[in-house]
Amino acid sequence: MTIFRYVVLIAAVYFSFIMPSGSFAEYDYIDINSPFLRKIPIAVPVFTTDKASATGIQLSKRSSDMLSGMLDFTGYFKMLDPESFIEDPAKTNSDFSNISFPNWTAVGAELLVTGNIQAKGDILEIELRLFDTLKAGQLIGKKYNAGINDMRDVIKRFSGEIVYYLTGNRGFFDSQIAFVSNGTGNKEINLCEFDGSGITQFTRNRAITISPAWSSDGQWIAYTSYIRGNPDLYIVNVRDRSMSVVAKKGINITPAWVPGKFELAATLSYSGDQDIYLLTGTGREIKKLTNERGSDVSPTWSPDGKKMAFVSSRSGTPQIYVQNIDTGHVERITFYGRYNTQPSWSPKGDKIAYSGMNGGRHNIYTIGLNGKDPVQLTGNAGDNESPSWSPDGSLIAFSSTREGPSRIYVMTAFGTDQRRLLAVSGEQTTPKWSPGLRNNQP
Amino acid sequence: MRKSIWVVLALLLVVPGLLFTASCGKSSIKADIENMKEKSKQAPAPPAPAPAPVPTPAPVVQKAPEPVRISEAEIRAKEKAAAMQALMNEDVYFDYDSAALAPAAQQILKKKAAYLEKYSDVSMTIEGHCDERGTNEYNLALGERRSESAKKFLTDLGLAASRFTTISYGEEKPLDTGKTEVAWSKNRRAHFVVK
Repeated sequence: MTIFRYVVLIAAVYFSFIMPSGSFAEYDYIDINSPFLRKIPIAVPVFTTDKASATGIQLSKRSSDMLSGMLDFTGYFKMLDPESFIEDPAKTNSDFSNISFPNWTAVGAELLVTGNIQAKGDILEIELRLFDTLKAGQLIGKKYNAGINDMRDVIKRFSGEIVYYLTGNRGFFDSQIAFVSNGTGNKEINLCEFDGSGITQFTRNRAITISPAWSSDGQWIAYTSYIRGNPDLYIVNVRDRSMSVVAKKGINITPAWVPGKFELAATLSYSGDQDIYLLTGTGREIKKLTNERGSDVSPTWSPDGKKMAFVSSRSGTPQIYVQNIDTGHVERITFYGRYNTQPSWSPKGDKIAYSGMNGGRHNIYTIGLNGKDPVQLTGNAGDNESPSWSPDGSLIAFSSTREGPSRIYVMTAFGTDQRRLLAVSGEQTTPKWSPGLRNNQP
Repeated sequence: MRKSIWVVLALLLVVPGLLFTASCGKSSIKADIENMKEKSKQAPAPPAPAPAPVPTPAPVVQKAPEPVRISEAEIRAKEKAAAMQALMNEDVYFDYDSAALAPAAQQILKKKAAYLEKYSDVSMTIEGHCDERGTNEYNLALGERRSESAKKFLTDLGLAASRFTTISYGEEKPLDTGKTEVAWSKNRRAHFVVK
């Protein structure tokens, strides 16, 4: 089934590509680097279908709702209320050869997504198009053949196409989020889709299990667990569950994979001091990376793997430092506040998100690598901890106690559109966003 | 014919009987020798390897002092149990984001050291714990520094390092889940468990 699914998805074909002008893609629709992003008003009317097919009617509503939800999740769009639409594509024309664009601009839409979905036995034929209503032209047109259970994959792919066309960035629709939940009575690692759907329990250790870390190819998750009584490091293959264990005396904690390599950094204390070591993906020690008295924990890598940010108590309070791996040169980058931990290097490489304590509360901040002008993204809403960037750098997942128990939330990289990702039993902490996972599929 | 039957019967009964007593005799002699040896040592003899079938007076003599010795052991065991409880019941507390031992913490550790000197066979696990206000990962490191700091104090007093193992639970096992300074200060602790 899985093999079939990706074969048919790959069978997606471009058709009737009408470009508004000579350029291949118009990245200036959305400037993702702007903190004052104007949300683009977009209309997603219910997809058309064969009106004689009950399955078709059901799927057309479900798939257009799904696409709306995914686009809304990005924070780039203002989703227009279907109640306000003048034109109902389901009642007019299925191929949109004669879309009346003024009917869409009149309701405020600058972009329009149309779709046609046909269920033929176990196969779905889905046509999806993105229009610029102001320029009255089609931006993207795609046709997908997929298994009846793979509708969500198709919608994720087309959402990715839209975001790529408008921002030049691949988005996060093929990513997952690992997080810790104590819903079973023990802290265990769980996985869910980027939007909080499809939760699965990843570990069943029946012991404190924390600090998940994805390898940059998405194939491995390292974590710390007390399975054998001590906080040891487990390195687990996501697919076949093969495993290596680092169980040295003392703590074996805070793993962070080197981008593009089967290597990871982690804090070990067997030497008597808590230092960060570089390990192979099978847990063998390559070298010691830090060598100061005091705690050195929570490494996070720059996207090029040349630098590592981490937390150190070397100055007396926990602060964030950046170390050049080749030269060993170390610079402190947080100076404001007495408790700055949990650094997470942005996928673009220009910022570090972290949690800082001020007035007795933890909040999420971002800071440039020069250590200047930290920007506070959360506030007045409980403790906010453990920031983790989406693979495209547009969103940050974090945990918050704003509603009492700790739960997972998501916001844009600028702190806007804060919303809860999950509502499940127990408390959830330390979300870790995976890299894009599509490239690993068979 | 009848006679011969009687002879056979007699033999059947007597011969094994003789064999039995013979073997019995041998073992009881051996046991007596053992008893003699034991007596000559007259150390706090364990109850002699009882030669049950032979009612010699020796075991009777030995039995008399036994109840006394057991109750002494019991008293000692009770004392030790109380000492172990004292070792485990009293936690050592720390300031926020600190693994330094305040004078009160040092007093508690000195008491523990006295017990540990008396009971040299006892070894302990020292658990380091934190309150929930820090972040999980840094607290795992801080918890370890707390347990190591307590261990160092005890070994500096002359106790063998091999008697202590440390483990950090960070903020994973709070004693009090309250959100007050009182609860937090209870959770910032080193806890001691006799192995």
